Amino acid sequence: MEIFTLFILAVFVNNFVVVQFLGICPFLGVSKDTSSAFGMGVAVTVVMVLATLVTYPLYTFVMVPLGFDFMEIIFFIFVIAALVQMLEQVLKKFIPALYNSLGIYLPLITTNCAVLGVAELVIGDVTSLGIASMNLGYALLYALFSGIGFIVAIVLMSGLREKIDRYTDMPKCLKGFPISMVIASFMAMAFYVFTLI
Amino acid sequence: MKKNDYKKICFDGIVANNPTLRLVLGTCATLALTTSAMNGIGMGLAVTVILLCSNVLVSLLRKIIPNEVRIPAFVLIIATFVTVVRMVLYAYLPDLYDSMGVFLPLIVVNCIILGRAESFASKNNVPAAAMDGVANGIGFTLALTLMGIIREFLGNASFFGIALPWDFKIEFFTSSAGAFFVYGMCIALFNFAYSKIEIALSHRRAHRRALPKDPAEMREEALVREEK
Repeated sequence: MEIFTLFILAVFVNNFVVVQFLGICPFLGVSKDTSSAFGMGVAVTVVMVLATLVTYPLYTFVMVPLGFDFMEIIFFIFVIAALVQMLEQVLKKFIPALYNSLGIYLPLITTNCAVLGVAELVIGDVTSLGIASMNLGYALLYALFSGIGFIVAIVLMSGLREKIDRYTDMPKCLKGFPISMVIASFMAMAFYVFTLI
Repeated sequence: MKKNDYKKICFDGIVANNPTLRLVLGTCATLALTTSAMNGIGMGLAVTVILLCSNVLVSLLRKIIPNEVRIPAFVLIIATFVTVVRMVLYAYLPDLYDSMGVFLPLIVVNCIILGRAESFASKNNVPAAAMDGVANGIGFTLALTLMGIIREFLGNASFFGIALPWDFKIEFFTSSAGAFFVYGMCIALFNFAYSKIEIALSHRRAHRRALPKDPAEMREEALVREEK
């Protein structure tokens, strides 16, 4: 039951993109067509889960007991950068097809705030996540569900943008980012309904 | 460097290449921290301080850092300053620290700072890099404050935390949907005004300078530079 609550809260109520504003750069930059948006979403989700798998134990079992938890930002960003590099090498070697389709997005994930965001959120105040206390299992689930929320948002966005960019006649100053922001605004309104549950 | 160059750096950072409104970088912090004007100023100043420090340090070390590992080195410099600013805010401005929440550590992955380190500070001398950091920081702060004022005024009927004498509140503007909407409209209006000004200016000095670039193109260039 707790897992279900966590799922609903992470995917819909506190959607990473449209409610918490994490990972906006790829959300706006890589949402021109649905297939690449989905690829980006999957890549980000994988990195989010892997990053949590490393950073959460690192923080709880190494950094806090040794008393240098104030250095978390520096450690986390390096873990994420190293993970992205490793993931790139592994994919290149073993799954070249996936590497070729995700290749261009992988380096961008290092500077994606969703990844560092989830690593920071699971070690912070957990009461807003709908669970009593945090452990590694919940942290991983939260990362996975947040990633799913990211995929949902970016795929919806790319579907809407495909239509609007192609078929709508709009003023020149609205083209590109402004109209994407307005679409995102309407999506956020739709997601707002979930907070009323 | 000549005096004119500094003027150009200033103009580029605040108006022509405004990180928030022209290049649309650092969007996460912009959307999340503009619920009130004070939050916008707080975030803007935090980023300005980090941008100034990281630009200066990157510029100082630009001949020492090997080219192959420059991105990790820049990230390390930025993460250090973010940690310092975070501790200072935690000690002296706990309210601001709370309202910034997770977006304070996320300044590390703010594209503006890494972008300026990579595209400007690593190629220029210290005074120019410092000027560039301050100009971009001010551009960012002004944009965030403007959006904060709009959202606070319409959504909360107050101005910098001072309640206004009427009770006309549109909840929409304090919600996340309002954040996206206000940001989109600000970019559109700024681009519109800027294109008008640019047309007027370029008529005047057409024989001296080339036409300005398209903002989408400039953003792509900035992203490509970052990837490298």
